[in-house]
Formats: sequence, structure tokens, C-alpha cells
Amino acid sequence: MTGSPVESVSGRRSEPPRGMALFAYRAGRMVRTTGPYLTVLGIGAWLLLWWLFSEVWYLPRFEKMPGPVAVLSDLFARDPFQGISIFTDEYYEHIWVSCRRILFAFCIATGVGVPLGLCMGWSVQFRHYTFPILETLRPIPILAWVPLSILMFRGFEAPVIFLATLASLFVTTLNTMLGVQSIDESYFRAAGCLGSNRWQIFRHVVVPGALPFIFTGLQISIGVAWFSLVAAEMVSGDWGLGYLIVDAYMNNVTVPMVIGMITLGFVGWGTSVLVRIAGNRMMQWRTRALALEGR
Amino acid sequence: MSEINGASGRASGAIVMDGVRKGYGEDWSWQQVIESVSLDLPPGQFTAVVGPSGCGKTTLVNLLAGFERADEGSIAVDGRIVSGTSRDRMVVFQESALMPWLTTYQNVAFGPKLRGDMRGAALDREIDRLLNKVGLAEFKDKFPLQLSGGMQRRAELARAMINSPSIMIMDEPFRGLDAMTRELMQEFLLRLFEETGRTHFFVTSEIEEAIFLADRLVVLSNRPVTVRTVIDIELPRPREFHLLSTPEAYDYKREALEILHEEAMKSFGGGGSVQNELVEAIARRG
Repeated sequence: MTGSPVESVSGRRSEPPRGMALFAYRAGRMVRTTGPYLTVLGIGAWLLLWWLFSEVWYLPRFEKMPGPVAVLSDLFARDPFQGISIFTDEYYEHIWVSCRRILFAFCIATGVGVPLGLCMGWSVQFRHYTFPILETLRPIPILAWVPLSILMFRGFEAPVIFLATLASLFVTTLNTMLGVQSIDESYFRAAGCLGSNRWQIFRHVVVPGALPFIFTGLQISIGVAWFSLVAAEMVSGDWGLGYLIVDAYMNNVTVPMVIGMITLGFVGWGTSVLVRIAGNRMMQWRTRALALEGR
Repeated sequence: MSEINGASGRASGAIVMDGVRKGYGEDWSWQQVIESVSLDLPPGQFTAVVGPSGCGKTTLVNLLAGFERADEGSIAVDGRIVSGTSRDRMVVFQESALMPWLTTYQNVAFGPKLRGDMRGAALDREIDRLLNKVGLAEFKDKFPLQLSGGMQRRAELARAMINSPSIMIMDEPFRGLDAMTRELMQEFLLRLFEETGRTHFFVTSEIEEAIFLADRLVVLSNRPVTVRTVIDIELPRPREFHLLSTPEAYDYKREALEILHEEAMKSFGGGGSVQNELVEAIARRG
């Protein structure tokens, strides 16, 4: 054999599009698949059923539920009948307050949970100290922490953030620890051969190797944070989407209640997407490999 | 950077294994994997180690690499007892152990950068030279998962070579590659070896691969492992692939196969007639 085995970069016919051109290309491809149409159809069918059940047939159990027409007409009204619409400042205040609390809770939980989980996965001794405590605290439902948190913290803000933090902290820590344990032994051995010391192995093998699990954990953790935030806002609060829902219920106005729920759905989805985007950015190696498989 | 033997003109990487024993488990579940292995491998040679599958070849690799310690006996490289990993003994693993989160370039740069013994333009030049050598210059910014199996193995060779180790330890490095790629990789490795004269400790379960590459062939027994025989492969270098069809190569192959056959039979547990026929069929085909 002569010459080294060389593969050439496959027969590229043009430069890949960037920026707006890339966006247009992707959008163009998407409308040519059945996906978007099925989504529209699914949402339409769901709205239709909701409308039929609650506003046409008045089925039992549905007679008190506000229908889509009532909700949407209030949501987009300049002067909403039941007080909440996209034109009222209150609506945005509720969203903003909840989002701010989530931001705090998620940042604290990630900032504490990821290093904690990395250490627990990395050091057996540290795991012996901490793991039993984590495993005992983790199954306690967040609602069981509500009285204690009200006793511990003053005001509305701190207890709510504390509860949301707590919930996501457990998820993040556990997933990070599992992430470290999932790293193949051969990477540690290779790094050892190449002359890394313990700290370098932590920095260059443990941290990047655990990232896929960490981000899976963060996706779950932000969902859990929303879950416990809303529960906390319902018990103690002055603002926030959870408070909006329970306050509307108390005042017997059902439309803002449903508006609150739908808004939670969209905002929660949005935050998950943000976490996913951050993960894909930080794990180019994985994103590109998945892209090769057409995912 | 000078190639391995360039500076001193004398090959390094002499391996002496003396009565190495290794087993695993508790008293009641003890598994003796290596019964006793003593080998004296001169530097600058290509040693291929073959044995029945599952016999404990990887354990031997782990001991030589310094990942594990022997229960008894010792392993010395150039007179120094092996007590841990060292950049002098680079391991190329069974499945690729390139860091998937680093690009080809970053993977090759991993060792020198961490140790801080090469940096900046000098490091860039050396990496470019090595990637050219293994034919991956165009792929330096790709991640391992974007490379084919053969390319991953070559990237791993580059990652090992940049540290100019005195020994390359290879544990079935071409397993899982398709036949064509495997053949190309064997020829590629052969050329690298013939160029550098670096000591190689190459573990494989493919006898033809071993004869094609090696100066000496170590045939291991079934578990618990002992050295059954050491065969000097006196085929001329540089070698070409058609070498394997010469009568000399065939003789070596038959000699080694007879022993391996015998050992493989043992792992079939005494062997009924059906198993006998199966093993013989495999031996004939090989």
C-alpha cells in the first residue's frame, strides 16, 4: 500500500446557508413536511372538543368550565370582562414575578446542585457523607416543606423561592451525580496515560463527561421548579401565576383562572426550550453527532 | 520533535515480565486470571499477543499500562518497575477512547497541553504533522462521533504518538472495524512501526493480523493464563499484504493455530463431538 488512507470531505456542492438564509431554508423544509399541519390539526381538534363540551353541549362537569370562546375573547380584550387580558399590566406583572422567582430558584439550584453532584459522583468519601441525607430529604414532598418555609423566611418572596429551589436542587444534584458515574472508565484511563493529575481529570473528563446527564437533569429541574413554585404561590403569595389562579378561584372568576393555567403552560414550555438551547450550545459534539443521524 | 529512536540511536521500551500473577474476587469467588506470565521482550520490537477470547489478555494490558497492580511478580520497562500510568506507555483501547467532547485536534493536543511540555506554534505544527501522517488533516475540527471507525482509530494513534512513548500498548485496537478498513489499518500501523521502530505490545485475537505485524508472537493459554509459546516471526521487512499467502507465513499460522486450537478446546469444556467439529471447522477456515 502506498500513501496514507485519506478520505476527502464529501462532495459538497455549495456553502451551507447561515443566519436568515438558514432560517428560511429550515422553514421552507418544514412546511413541505406533514408535521406542522398535523400540529395545527391537533390543536384545532382539541379546541373544538373543549368548545363543544363547555359552550355547546354543556356536558356535566363542564358547565362551570369557561369555554375557549369566553377565555380567548377575554384574553384578547382591551377591556376584559373578568379583569385579565394581554392588555392589562397585571397580566405581565404576574408573569414577570413568577419568572423572576424561577430564575432565582433555578440559578441557585443549578449553582449548588451541579458542583455538589459532581463532587458526589467524583469522590466516594464525599458521597458517603452526603448521599444518605440527599436520599432522605428528596422523597419529602415540597408541599410538606411549606409550613417550615413560612416559619423560616419572612415575606412572600423568600419562602416561595426557597421551595422552588429545594425541588430543583434535588433533581439537579442526583442527575449530575449519575452523570459522573455514567462516564466510561476508559476516558479516565486515557487521561491518566496522557499524564493528567486528579484536578485535570475532574476539569477535563468529569465535567464534560457528565454534561449530557446534567442537562437532562436541568430540563426536569426547571419543570419541577415551576411545579413547586405554583404550589407555593397558591399557599402564600401576593403576585405570580399560581397566585392568579387561586385568587381567581377565590373570587369566583373562572376565566382568569384558565388564562393563568394556559400562560403557565406556555411560559414553562419556553423555559424548557431555553435550557435545551443552552445544552445544545454547550454540547456541540453531541448536537452534531445527533444531526448526522438526522435528529 | 524527534522520533522515538532518533536522538539516542538506541531503542527503548524493553519489557520484562517476571512471574506475573493476577486474580479477582473474594476468597470464595476467586478467579485466577493470570496464572504466571514471564516474558522478556527486547526494545524496538513488535510483539503480538494472541490467545483464546476471554482468556485475560486485557488484564495483561491493564497491568502493563499501570491501571492495575499484579498480585505477585513484577513488570519492568527499561529496568523501571511499573507502578502506575506513564506517558511512556500509551494505550490504544479496544473501543475508541477519544474524548467525545473534544475535536480531533483537541484530542491530540490533550496530553501535551495538560503536561504543558509543548505549546503554541510548536504544538500546532506537531499536531498538523501527525494529523497529516494519519490522513486526518481535513478533519481536525470534527468531533469523534462525526468520524468513521477507522478515522477514530487513526486519531487515537495520533493522540498516542504525539507523546512519543517508548511503548505503544494496543488492546485489539481494530476490533469492530469492517474487514477492508481493518486491512488498511494493519498496513498503516505496519508502516508506522517500520518508520519509527517503536516498541509495540499488540494484543489481538486474529492470528493473521498478528503474523502480518509482529516480530514475535506470544501465544497464551486459556484462563488462567500462562505463556504457551513464543514464536519468532522471521519474515522480511518492509512487509506487504500478500506476505500472508507465502508458505512461510502459512507455517507460522499453522504452528500457532494448533496451540490455540488446543486451548480453545479446553474452554469448550472437554467438548462433545459437535463442539469438536465446530472448533475444527473454525481452525480449518482460519
